[in-house]
Amino acid sequence: MDIKREDIIHLAELSNFSLSEKEIDSLGDDLQKIIQYISQLDALNTENIEPTYQVFEMHNVWREDEIKEQEANREQLLALTKEAKDDQIKVPKVL
Amino acid sequence: MKIANKTVSAERLVRDALEKAKHFADYHIFTYINEENAINKAREIDRKIANGEKVGRLAGVPYALKDNFLSTEGQTTASAHILEGFDSPITATSVKKLEDEGAIMIGRTNLDAFAHGSSTENSYFGPTLNAFDKERVAGGSSGGSAVAVALDIVEFATGTDTGGSIRQPASFNGIYGLKPTYGCISRYGVVAMASSTDCIGFFTKTPDDMNLLMEVASGQDPKDLTTLPDYYNESKITRAKKIGIIKEFDNESVDPEIRKALKHKVELLKSEGHEIVELKMPSLRYALAAYYIIVPAEVASNLSRYDGVRYGFRSEKSETLDELYDNTRSEGFMPENKRRIMIGNFVLSSGFYDAYFLKAAKARTIIIDEYDKAFSQVDYILTPVSPNPAFKLGEKIGDPVAMYLEDMMSVSLNLAGVPGLAIPAGKTSAGLPIGLQIVGPRRSDKGLIEFSKELIEDD
Repeated sequence: MDIKREDIIHLAELSNFSLSEKEIDSLGDDLQKIIQYISQLDALNTENIEPTYQVFEMHNVWREDEIKEQEANREQLLALTKEAKDDQIKVPKVL
Repeated sequence: MKIANKTVSAERLVRDALEKAKHFADYHIFTYINEENAINKAREIDRKIANGEKVGRLAGVPYALKDNFLSTEGQTTASAHILEGFDSPITATSVKKLEDEGAIMIGRTNLDAFAHGSSTENSYFGPTLNAFDKERVAGGSSGGSAVAVALDIVEFATGTDTGGSIRQPASFNGIYGLKPTYGCISRYGVVAMASSTDCIGFFTKTPDDMNLLMEVASGQDPKDLTTLPDYYNESKITRAKKIGIIKEFDNESVDPEIRKALKHKVELLKSEGHEIVELKMPSLRYALAAYYIIVPAEVASNLSRYDGVRYGFRSEKSETLDELYDNTRSEGFMPENKRRIMIGNFVLSSGFYDAYFLKAAKARTIIIDEYDKAFSQVDYILTPVSPNPAFKLGEKIGDPVAMYLEDMMSVSLNLAGVPGLAIPAGKTSAGLPIGLQIVGPRRSDKGLIEFSKELIEDD
């Protein structure tokens, strides 16, 4: 399939970042080649095959519903952010 | 490996390692040198030894930590701009286990940002150079760790392997690199790339060192619910009889010197009385395409957490919260991070999900079945790690598909969750290391390490 300029811009939007004009060109070419490569999977017959999403013999792991001691406390976690006020993380206006 | 005792002090071991790290600074191996902490820890171990107190199995052993393992020593950057300034308050389970036995981290090592790459050229800090040829790549993504061991700076180094990121740099630098069975070592406290294929492992100079590290680091962790119940230390080993080679990997896309090295080891195995079985695994040619659908999908999801709000880099010029997310991610990710996130969002988006993501998940089932069938016929499989020895810096960085093809023989193990051990297998005529990998069924890690000793020859 052909990846158009607007497809690249849309994928960047879905990814929560913006691309410069130069990036749209270069990443656009790259993505076209990558998608062309991964599309060869078309040739594999997967009729009646169940999908696999994980290779761990997954089962529920239960524990008591109690608060366990955490390795990092609130102060340590808030210290990681650029701006905190009154025990909360400060960000620019939402609207 | 050298372990501190009454005659060799931990401080001596650590100081030697720190000195060598400085000596090889031009290789760009380390993102952080842990000098003061390391020396203090070494002195504490020496004090214990002098007092006749018990010390751990890795007492005073200097090691290098891939910079995507969280610990309270040095910033965890994952060689990515977007994690700049991240001083982790927590420590990865695997790191704790190593340190509890007395291992001492002397530095954090360079990687492709977020482990996205096969050459360490995608690092925000620039590439690490190959231990045997400074004009060539270290391999990746754990390039710094591999070169730190290959140049004998440290006894061992940690790595992560999502599609070959331990085995390929190990083979490019002539050392051992193990990707264990999925779930063997806790992933708690390691920067996530693709949760269904990420594995923690090591680089060492000998199989015995690898075994010791696995004994220390493996095991179930309540903080990582995808860890398997402890099995490594109880593994029963029987001598391998039948060894498989994969017909589909013996073709012209693989460097002739690597094919020759494989044939040489096959002859060695025959002379030792092993039966060689040629396996047909036709679906493996689709493994790379399936991998570069499944992994980017998981990458897109795992990297959505980097938004500039809670930790790491935050773009300063934003007026609104949406702009903050957008600017932080636009400025903070490397081009390869962006490619993988966009491919991930492409294969997961409505209209393409069935044709790409679901199709790849079905291909994964076929690949797993093929491995199961193979291991009903043979004990282990011997294959190349990568189609070529270390390539030149800059040779593939402009062509993402050419870079992805580096992983054609390593990714299927991660999709199937089976272990693989990269072993040194001689050098090319130009003097570059050649690596091969031994692949085994799930939970055969210990047996793989033991079997690798049969492939050792004097140079």
